[in-house]
Amino acid sequence: MTGHTLAAQAPGFLSPSGVEVAFLLVGIVTLGAALITVTTRQLVHAALWLVVALGGLAVEYLLLTAEFIAWVQVLIYVGSVVVLLLFGLMLTKAPIGRSPDADSGNRWAALTVAVAAAAALVWVVVDAFRTTWIDLRGSPQGTTKVTGDILFRHWVLPFEALSVLLLAALVGAIVLSRKGQGERRGESGEGEQH
Amino acid sequence: MHLVYPAVLAALLFCVGLYGVLARRNAILVLMSVELMLNAVNLNLVAFDVWLRDTLHAGQALTLFVIAVAAAEIGIGLAIVLLVHRNRGTADIDRLRDLKETPDDRPERPEQDQQKAEAAA
Amino acid sequence: MTTTTTAVLVPLLPFLGAVAGLLTGRRAPGFVRPLAVLPAVAAAVLAVVVAWQQGGGKAVDAATRLTPTGSVPIDLALHLDGFAVLAAVLVGVVATCVQLYSTAYLRNDPRYPSYAALVSLFTSAMLLVVYSGDLMVLLVGWEVMGICSYFLVGHYWETKEARAASLKAFLVTKFGDVPFLIGIFALAADAGTFRINGILTAAANGGLAHPTLDALLLLAGVAGKSAQFPLHTWLPDAMAGPTPVSALIHAATMVAAGVYVVARLLPVFTASTAALVVLAVMAAVTMVGSALAALAQDDIKRVLAYSTIGQLGYMTGALAVGDRSAAVFHLLTHGAFKALLFLGAGVIIHAAGTNSLSAMARTGGLARRIPDAYWTMTVALLALAAIPPFSGFFSKEAVLGAAEHAARGEASGIPGAAGWTVLAAGLLTALLTAAYAGRLWLMAFRGTGPEAADHGREPVAINAVLWVLFVPALALGLAAWKLPDWFGGHALTPTLTTSVLGTGCALLGLVAVHAAWRRSRAVTAAVPMGAVAADPDAAPYVSETETIATHEQAYGSIAGAQDPGDPGRLLLGPLHRHAATGFHLDVVYSALFVRPTRAAARLAQFLDREVVETYVRGAASAPGLLGAAVRRAQTGNVQTYLGALFAGSVVLAVAAVLVATGA
Repeated sequence: MTGHTLAAQAPGFLSPSGVEVAFLLVGIVTLGAALITVTTRQLVHAALWLVVALGGLAVEYLLLTAEFIAWVQVLIYVGSVVVLLLFGLMLTKAPIGRSPDADSGNRWAALTVAVAAAAALVWVVVDAFRTTWIDLRGSPQGTTKVTGDILFRHWVLPFEALSVLLLAALVGAIVLSRKGQGERRGESGEGEQH
Repeated sequence: MHLVYPAVLAALLFCVGLYGVLARRNAILVLMSVELMLNAVNLNLVAFDVWLRDTLHAGQALTLFVIAVAAAEIGIGLAIVLLVHRNRGTADIDRLRDLKETPDDRPERPEQDQQKAEAAA
Repeated sequence: MTTTTTAVLVPLLPFLGAVAGLLTGRRAPGFVRPLAVLPAVAAAVLAVVVAWQQGGGKAVDAATRLTPTGSVPIDLALHLDGFAVLAAVLVGVVATCVQLYSTAYLRNDPRYPSYAALVSLFTSAMLLVVYSGDLMVLLVGWEVMGICSYFLVGHYWETKEARAASLKAFLVTKFGDVPFLIGIFALAADAGTFRINGILTAAANGGLAHPTLDALLLLAGVAGKSAQFPLHTWLPDAMAGPTPVSALIHAATMVAAGVYVVARLLPVFTASTAALVVLAVMAAVTMVGSALAALAQDDIKRVLAYSTIGQLGYMTGALAVGDRSAAVFHLLTHGAFKALLFLGAGVIIHAAGTNSLSAMARTGGLARRIPDAYWTMTVALLALAAIPPFSGFFSKEAVLGAAEHAARGEASGIPGAAGWTVLAAGLLTALLTAAYAGRLWLMAFRGTGPEAADHGREPVAINAVLWVLFVPALALGLAAWKLPDWFGGHALTPTLTTSVLGTGCALLGLVAVHAAWRRSRAVTAAVPMGAVAADPDAAPYVSETETIATHEQAYGSIAGAQDPGDPGRLLLGPLHRHAATGFHLDVVYSALFVRPTRAAARLAQFLDREVVETYVRGAASAPGLLGAAVRRAQTGNVQTYLGALFAGSVVLAVAAVLVATGA
């Protein structure tokens, strides 16, 4: 089921087409997975539920006819970021199993702020786009060809700058995580002096 | 498709991420929550890009950039968390309170004031 | 040299002497005495020359326009008539005598240079007042005298009395000067000029719109400067200054300035009957009250101070009956004999080691120790008591004659009531004056008891000055036949009625005080009292300082003494207690002015300390408390900060949306 075929369906408010139904269902799953991610007491499970949430988002991108983004989402987020997070959990000796102190003391304050923010945002968004429809008919907007075209025609300079950023992040991460380099250098210096 | 669906989903995801950022103790879980917030934004970008039928597809390009930046961020962030864990033996955010205003500062303040006054005189 | 040039030099020389003295006094002590004495001598000589050239003829006027003011012009004007030139001679002679006397009296005083310079400046200011033909320029001299008197009275500022007296003199005279200034402005506004001639012309033509108001405002300043009731209280206290200063300021110059100004502006006063009556009542109250007070004083200089007030009362009385010739005549003779009395009193204080008459009455042989002072002061006291043929008799007769003239209604434009008031008060005062003059003489020179300490012979400078002043004190009365030429007025020679009455009163007073003194001699001998400070080797001023500082401790009061053998006590009876304190006027002023001022000051202090500063402290402590509260929020927990940040953002976003939608 591709976005192209789904987009052929006619839109209609309160008369959900297949795309809308699919979007809603996947959206519910995604939201549920995200909720479990931020509330579960098992740290590793949180990472795994994050995979579900991110994967669900990839499906949503597909439904919005943005294929390339969807695959990049799967590749980078599900593939690498979550793996990195899992490594991080392991390296910080995160407990396996239920940890009772996963949430901090200001949980209720956080809940209040989040609910208030959600209410405000949802109210504003619904109020603003109540009568707006996305026209998914016509040519798909996010095929790899289209994305490649615009990326290397209009967005080359930011793209290259981004590569420099990634390189810098790579170097930074390596420098930060090398074990006690400065200390060792100081020790060797002291050794030479003695 | 109704534009409200992706918009509301993005808003809710963002707020879930917000809750996670504010409520989680473990720094890595906080980072996960940050990823959720970023993804909520990405969904918005894609949805509005599709709705507007932008010829430059700025929304999708920006989404790609955000994904790349998020990858860099998670790399650096994890490195920092690892460093903190190595130095302090914990990755709990609410124990990293070195910048707290401690009551021990109080007796020092008059002396500082005096010193300031003397310096000014 | 023309008369004008000479006249300009008269005030200028002492002024330059003062400036030079102030500039070089510290560095060149050798020049201080010449710089003090020579300008005074030169000014006196030049004043005599001016008087000679003017010769009682037509008034000499000269003027230079000072800066144009846009409205009423101010002129640097000279006006030399008979009054001015003779008053200037008096000022010059007395100033010369005082400067000479001071060289000996304040021999080793470390502050002598500034003292001498201030005396010169004072002389210069008085000469400016005398010669000035413009009220604004006159006012300059007038105010310079005020500030100089403040410094000179406070010369012994180590003593509490001198500090208080200088402040009091300054404040009281300034209190009168404010209405005086307003009066000058009002007068100038009415007449359209500050020139005295112009004002007098306007007054003569009835050109003054508010003569009563102008006259009364001027009168306030005159009362302050000339120590007339009710602003006279500074003068007795001002005796805490050095004796030569008392002689200069309080006998011949400063207090004379007020009388002189009224004499110059007399047509303004005669234009208003009310002002004349006020002047007459003021003069009468001043005369009688001060004479009673003088009879009760223990400090020899305070006796003389009250007598000065009384004699000034005679002068204002003469002005109140519209006779300025008599007033200025009395001014001249009084200046001579009162200066002599003060300078002689300085010698007595030095020789006796005390300023208390009670102590002197218990000291024998004072007259033999200081024969020069004894003989000259005897004559001066007789002049003061108006015994013929001494100078005071003639001038006082002129005043009484003028009063009688007015009382009989023979003077045009002068209310008869004013004449009667002045005449009655004058006769009563003549009796009292003779009484206190006699009391002073008897107690000072006829004391019995242990001999006074030998201070050696007084310096030549002092004795010479006494004998110089002795001549006018003795013989100036003869000028009564000559002065009408200068003053252009009627005869000043004595008339029979008032002569007999006045002399009779004076003799009565002398007899009464002599009888009282004889009766109280036994008591005096029986009750020892008094404190004497003998400093045979020190300069005279040292004794004076000590005696001023100790009078209150030794005798219980700065003015009187608890002496049962005082003839004044016998004469005054129950009045004595009130007279000694100057009829409690100081207490009244204290209740009326001092205490409300203090209370206002305390109120202002309270408002400043407790109310205003509360706000200031609050402005400091409120942010402090706020800061303490905000510091509590600094928990160090990043999530708390973020939570607050997002909550605030939500609130702001909602508010922004609400505003944007117009809800």
